Amino acid sequence: MNAFITIVERDLLLVMRRKSEVLTALFFFVIVTSLFPLGIGADSALLRKIAPGVIWVAALLSTLLGLQRMFAADYADGTLEQLVLSPNSFTSLVFGKIVAHWLVCGLPLVLLAPVIGIQFDLNAESLRVLMATLLLGTPVLSLLGSIGAALTLGVRGGSVLMSLLILPLYIPVLIFGAGAVYASSVGLDISGHFSLLGALFILALAFVPWVSATAVKIAIE
Amino acid sequence: MTAINSSIPQSTAPILEARAITCVRGERELFSRLDVQVSPGECLHVRGENGVGKTSLLRLLTGLASPESGDVLWNGTPIKKDSSEYHSKLLFLGHRDALKEDLTALENLRMYAAIDGIKLADVEAFSTLWRFGLKGREDLPVNCLSAGQKKRVLMARMLTRRAQVWILDEPFNALDAQAVQELQSLIAQHLEGNGLVVLTSHQPLEISNLRVLDL
Amino acid sequence: MSHVNNLSSNRVMNWFKFSSPSTFYPLAGKMIPWFWALSIIFGVAGLWISFFVAPVDAVQGQGYRIIFIHVPASWMSMFIYLVMAAWAGLGLVFNTRLSAMMAQALAPIGAWMAFLSLWTGAFWGKPMWGAWWVWDARLTSELILLFLYLGFIALQASIDNARRADKAGAILALVGVVNVPIIYFSVKWWNTLHQGASVSLTKAPAMAQTMLWGMLLMALCLWMYSIAVGLMRVRAIILEREAHTDWVKQLNEVKC
Repeated sequence: MNAFITIVERDLLLVMRRKSEVLTALFFFVIVTSLFPLGIGADSALLRKIAPGVIWVAALLSTLLGLQRMFAADYADGTLEQLVLSPNSFTSLVFGKIVAHWLVCGLPLVLLAPVIGIQFDLNAESLRVLMATLLLGTPVLSLLGSIGAALTLGVRGGSVLMSLLILPLYIPVLIFGAGAVYASSVGLDISGHFSLLGALFILALAFVPWVSATAVKIAIE
Repeated sequence: MTAINSSIPQSTAPILEARAITCVRGERELFSRLDVQVSPGECLHVRGENGVGKTSLLRLLTGLASPESGDVLWNGTPIKKDSSEYHSKLLFLGHRDALKEDLTALENLRMYAAIDGIKLADVEAFSTLWRFGLKGREDLPVNCLSAGQKKRVLMARMLTRRAQVWILDEPFNALDAQAVQELQSLIAQHLEGNGLVVLTSHQPLEISNLRVLDL
Repeated sequence: MSHVNNLSSNRVMNWFKFSSPSTFYPLAGKMIPWFWALSIIFGVAGLWISFFVAPVDAVQGQGYRIIFIHVPASWMSMFIYLVMAAWAGLGLVFNTRLSAMMAQALAPIGAWMAFLSLWTGAFWGKPMWGAWWVWDARLTSELILLFLYLGFIALQASIDNARRADKAGAILALVGVVNVPIIYFSVKWWNTLHQGASVSLTKAPAMAQTMLWGMLLMALCLWMYSIAVGLMRVRAIILEREAHTDWVKQLNEVKC
């Protein structure tokens, strides 16, 4: 447990010392969402309709940007090997890195989303649902993304490849997350969406850290 | 590819052993059916040309890589079976420094202590860093230290880690003469305390109780 | 050591014998012509039924006959993914190179089936609904399956170390296999949420018995084809990856 907390603290400390990397991912989120009205037109009714999808897709893409940092830096300076050689469970250390990634890349999206939502003229109820879906969904994005990050460690063209690998896996999260916001905006029941998101979250939490740990060990061999 | 062992002493204390291990890198077989034994108090110096498999052998001994066939055993048990137990006794230093450049020397030591499951009191951390001439530099980010100073931080880690098995890949790289002496005495001290050392180096070594393995 | 003697001895021993690339290579070579023959037989029978025996559909006219390729191709694309993941998983667990090579061989075949399914789906949809592409659950899932295949192929192509590529691909394939039902379910959900009762390619008219036979025969044809091509590909992969071994250097194909 101590090692898990150490890893989370360490990764957060490292981000603090190099803030620019993280801030660019957040700016990307804001910029991408702004592109859509520019590309499609500023009709409020249209914006309200596309908002859930646009915000969610932007969240997916900026999570992808942040994922490149998850293992790559430790891999490059040799620290990742040391983590594999730790007497503590490597799975828990990987989970620590995933938690740190979410705190840095996922949670800020949850907090920024209402601001973007207002730009798209979403009402208060939809904003609440949006934040809730992102709160439940972004951890799943960090978890699933860690698999792609681990598989493509040290590979040429790894970041683009990682996107190709992970985006199909993100589709269910996107569908349930954006679907919930859309459903709430037209007055449909959202409990189904949330239970499915919750199920994905629990499934990912249970299995993914171990899968990613195995993938990292394969990459290190 | 055969290996030439010098005499293997008998011991009942925990031994690091590799039995008939075969190593394949890419689709090339580097060495086949190799036997290695290291007992407490012994230092094994693995020698050979570049590319012959020294680093691969060391990584097989740590458990980072698995041999194509054969087993690596610690204290009679295959390391795959109880890797946590073996890793608690193992310190591996590879080619790269494995220090976080944005953290200070002190933070690096503390981080590794927590990850390795060692209780490291601040007093000990400071005194170890001072022993290696880093007084006044404990709070600088590691990327502000010179290459030699970074190696000294690693030496501090070697001491505070309190591991029984040291597997070191080219530890004498980029060390000045004084640092070489210090590292050699560190290794000698470790061997006296019934530690085991496996290392690679292109330089000749002045360590007692040294066995050589030529790949 | 002749293969005839081996075949008459203990059957369990046999399978492990053929798990080595050097013994599997000649065996595969012998099997390939048989699978091609089966594929052609089933294909001729299936196409005959689909063109001459199956009745003209009241609503869709002659154009619907393309489902005799579309549906079998979809089935095969999903089936091959399962088989590929199974081989890759075996290779990961038992550390056998040949299993991993089989997975590597099957991936492009499955991708091609998915691609074929998408194209034939488009050709079916165009005369019926006036659009080249409809976002119905089946076609969308098929598209995502194609992405999964492409990801697997791309990952293996990017990793230089063959063993690492095998294992990484295996993890990806296994994660994919678990995700395919989840993705399919979520796409169906999305489809009902957004399109309501729109027409879907899955709501095909009630199948005449002959139509089913036609599709079954075409499915068998594609299955035999996939095995034949799979064996050919795996032989090529074996030659590539085992090029440094003695037995490969002695093969007739390689010597000249």
